[in-house]
Amino acid sequence: MNVDLRILRYDPERDKAPHWETYAVAADPMDRVLDLLIKVKAENDGSLSFRRSCGHGICGSDAMLINSRNRLACRIRVDQLGKKISVAPLPGLPVVKDLIVEMSGFFGKYRSVKPYLINDQPEPERERLQTQKDRARYDDTTKCILCAACTSACPSFWARPEYVGPAAIVQAHRFIFDSRDEGAAERLEILADENGVWRCRTIFNCVDACPRGINITRAILEVSSAIVGRRG
Amino acid sequence: MDYPFDAIVVGAGGAGLWAALELAREGVNTAVLTKLYPTRSHTGTAQGGVCAALGNLEEDHWEWHMFDTVKGGDYLVDQDAAEVLAREAIETVIELEHMGLPFNRTPDGKIDQRRFGGHTSNYGEAPVRRACFAADRTGHMILQTLYQQCIKHGVKFFDEFGVVDLLFEGGEPDAGGRAAGVVAQRLADGQLHTFRAKAVLLATGGFGRMFRITSNAHSLTGDGVALCYRHGIPLQDMEFFQFHPTGIVGIGILLSEAARGEGGTLLNDLGERFMERYAPKLMELAPRDMVSRAMYQEIRAGRGIGGKDYLYLDVRHLGRKVIEEKLPDITDFARIYQGVEPLTEPIPVQPTAHYAMGGIPTNVSAEVTRDEKSTVVPGLFAAGECACVSVHGANRLGTNSLVDLLVFGRRAGRQMARYAGGVERPRPIPDAVEAVRAELEAIRTRPSSGESAAAIRTDLQDVMMDKVGVYRDGKMLTAALARVRELEARHDRISITDCGSVFNTELIEARELGYLLDIAHATVSGALARTESRGAHSREDYPERDDKKWLKHTLAYRGTDGPTLRYKDVSITRFEPKPRTY
Repeated sequence: MNVDLRILRYDPERDKAPHWETYAVAADPMDRVLDLLIKVKAENDGSLSFRRSCGHGICGSDAMLINSRNRLACRIRVDQLGKKISVAPLPGLPVVKDLIVEMSGFFGKYRSVKPYLINDQPEPERERLQTQKDRARYDDTTKCILCAACTSACPSFWARPEYVGPAAIVQAHRFIFDSRDEGAAERLEILADENGVWRCRTIFNCVDACPRGINITRAILEVSSAIVGRRG
Repeated sequence: MDYPFDAIVVGAGGAGLWAALELAREGVNTAVLTKLYPTRSHTGTAQGGVCAALGNLEEDHWEWHMFDTVKGGDYLVDQDAAEVLAREAIETVIELEHMGLPFNRTPDGKIDQRRFGGHTSNYGEAPVRRACFAADRTGHMILQTLYQQCIKHGVKFFDEFGVVDLLFEGGEPDAGGRAAGVVAQRLADGQLHTFRAKAVLLATGGFGRMFRITSNAHSLTGDGVALCYRHGIPLQDMEFFQFHPTGIVGIGILLSEAARGEGGTLLNDLGERFMERYAPKLMELAPRDMVSRAMYQEIRAGRGIGGKDYLYLDVRHLGRKVIEEKLPDITDFARIYQGVEPLTEPIPVQPTAHYAMGGIPTNVSAEVTRDEKSTVVPGLFAAGECACVSVHGANRLGTNSLVDLLVFGRRAGRQMARYAGGVERPRPIPDAVEAVRAELEAIRTRPSSGESAAAIRTDLQDVMMDKVGVYRDGKMLTAALARVRELEARHDRISITDCGSVFNTELIEARELGYLLDIAHATVSGALARTESRGAHSREDYPERDDKKWLKHTLAYRGTDGPTLRYKDVSITRFEPKPRTY
């Protein structure tokens, strides 16, 4: 089948502003959007730039806006999208070139929530024990691949770029609800800030965007409840 | 710009991150350079588990793990290194748990373990539960956990800096020079920078992108390996490249061996569990080289599904609970990339190029060595898939890639800290970036009528897949060698359309293709010379293992007219080579 692939192009060394270019691409219905981008780069325009690495939804490099929704280009097939496909960089983040956005702010927010196990007790000789129930408690949020699809889909983030954003809260959740961790109080203090969890308006765009199927809004609400519980 | 550090780590997968963590704990001024973001590294895609003889569910011993590793590698494994691997696997896994890695748990709260190919109890008797896992996302959890710890310890990262050259002081390595740093290109603006350091670790991963069907990331182009080769360091055992049995048909994405570890079976067109005929004791849990060969033989005999070039992986009988709790990601891959529902349908699979057993030669302290006497290149280290210690010999066992990068990444960091404490920092090297700048400018400024990188890459991937795959023979390899030479000549005439500096990914891909060509040339040459079949190197014209002639490591040195091959002894400490049956 033939697909009209529209790509929002921008080269800071040549263009004043982003503009759409359309490419007619021969595609198999099982092709992913990433396959089409690679094809355009090989056959139409070698200067087309995008990030990609693992090509199967684990590394999180190729999150972009595809037919108006944030998705990973390597996880969405042509037959799920139809013959007209539009691809643009993630919204709400500064565009560097074509589909590549500036990620340092995103990773800065990730770092700000202390995304590492905090436990100052002496380490036992063998593993710390954890029940299967305690392990299951935070399983959902361990799946996050930091692709930024959720944060850049969030209207609260668009309105207030200082908002720490869903991805950082997911990462904090992963530790706050880990029975081995003792840093919950520090993280909840950070997330109780004016740019923390209260910015969430439960719009569910993040849940819709997450390629890992994480129930992000629920995680945010659980963190909010923990903050309230702490104060009560 | 010139950045002075004490240690440089190139690559931010598991090996690089653990080394960086050790260096940070020792207070060594360290920079990590990665052409991706650390969490994009390919360690994150490892699925099934990491083996360590914890014995949480049944009796197990590190000696058994060592034996399995040696036998799995068809006795080309250096046994001193395999001993280190199997012993230290235990403490590294425990340390990962202490760092917060969310392992699955047994009913009594310990780390859960499952079976994996080639891992047995009591020196080959029966499959043993040795692989520690976190669902089928073990690599993802390892990568995340190590990155988290690096953040906690304040490690300095240079994200999206691609290393394009290595620097030496006092001459090139073969003249006794020592590592002095690297040249890196900042992808965001194309500028070249020098990073000076006493100790340099290469942890750049594999190079499966020289094959058409591969489980490897697009970024796995062997950068560190090829750069060593260009500076006169030999590449070891390159002819041994693992094809994993269960890749998604046509695109090579991996479906973890964990599917078979949990009880999944392989079926041919007649519905037979054909592994009965090839490995009666371990069946589907035989080592990967044997399973991949069995699949090829079934396909050749016309017993592929519908007579085609693939077979079935069947997990239906495991039930919804096991599939959804222990194999969620690969179930998802089958649904998305093949439109197959594993709960009710068998999954079409075929072998996919997966792992390089060969690479940059190192000793057990992760120091790079440069000849058959294992002479160390001072200050240069390598760990993870890019290195060849050699703990995998002719064929790696499942999960041992993670064990390798954890154990030897940790050792690299510790040895680098010791080394950096005893030497002066190299002086600035005048014109350090000029050689590589000239190479990049030549590509950028050549008229756009030249050869296309994408076309050469496709041709390379085709020839490697078709002629240097699971089965090889002298005729195929001779043809492949001629083809690789021809592609090298075409690469010299490569041109690009993007003249810019910002994220010039076309220029980067052209350079990466050059790395793959170098590596392919060494691979084909080693394979053509080795007239025996051992592990993943299977010659139809020489079907037997020949210990008398070939129980030795290949060292390929880059020459103006192709590689020169030399050979190095294998370390044999506990286990004398025996016929390999399962």
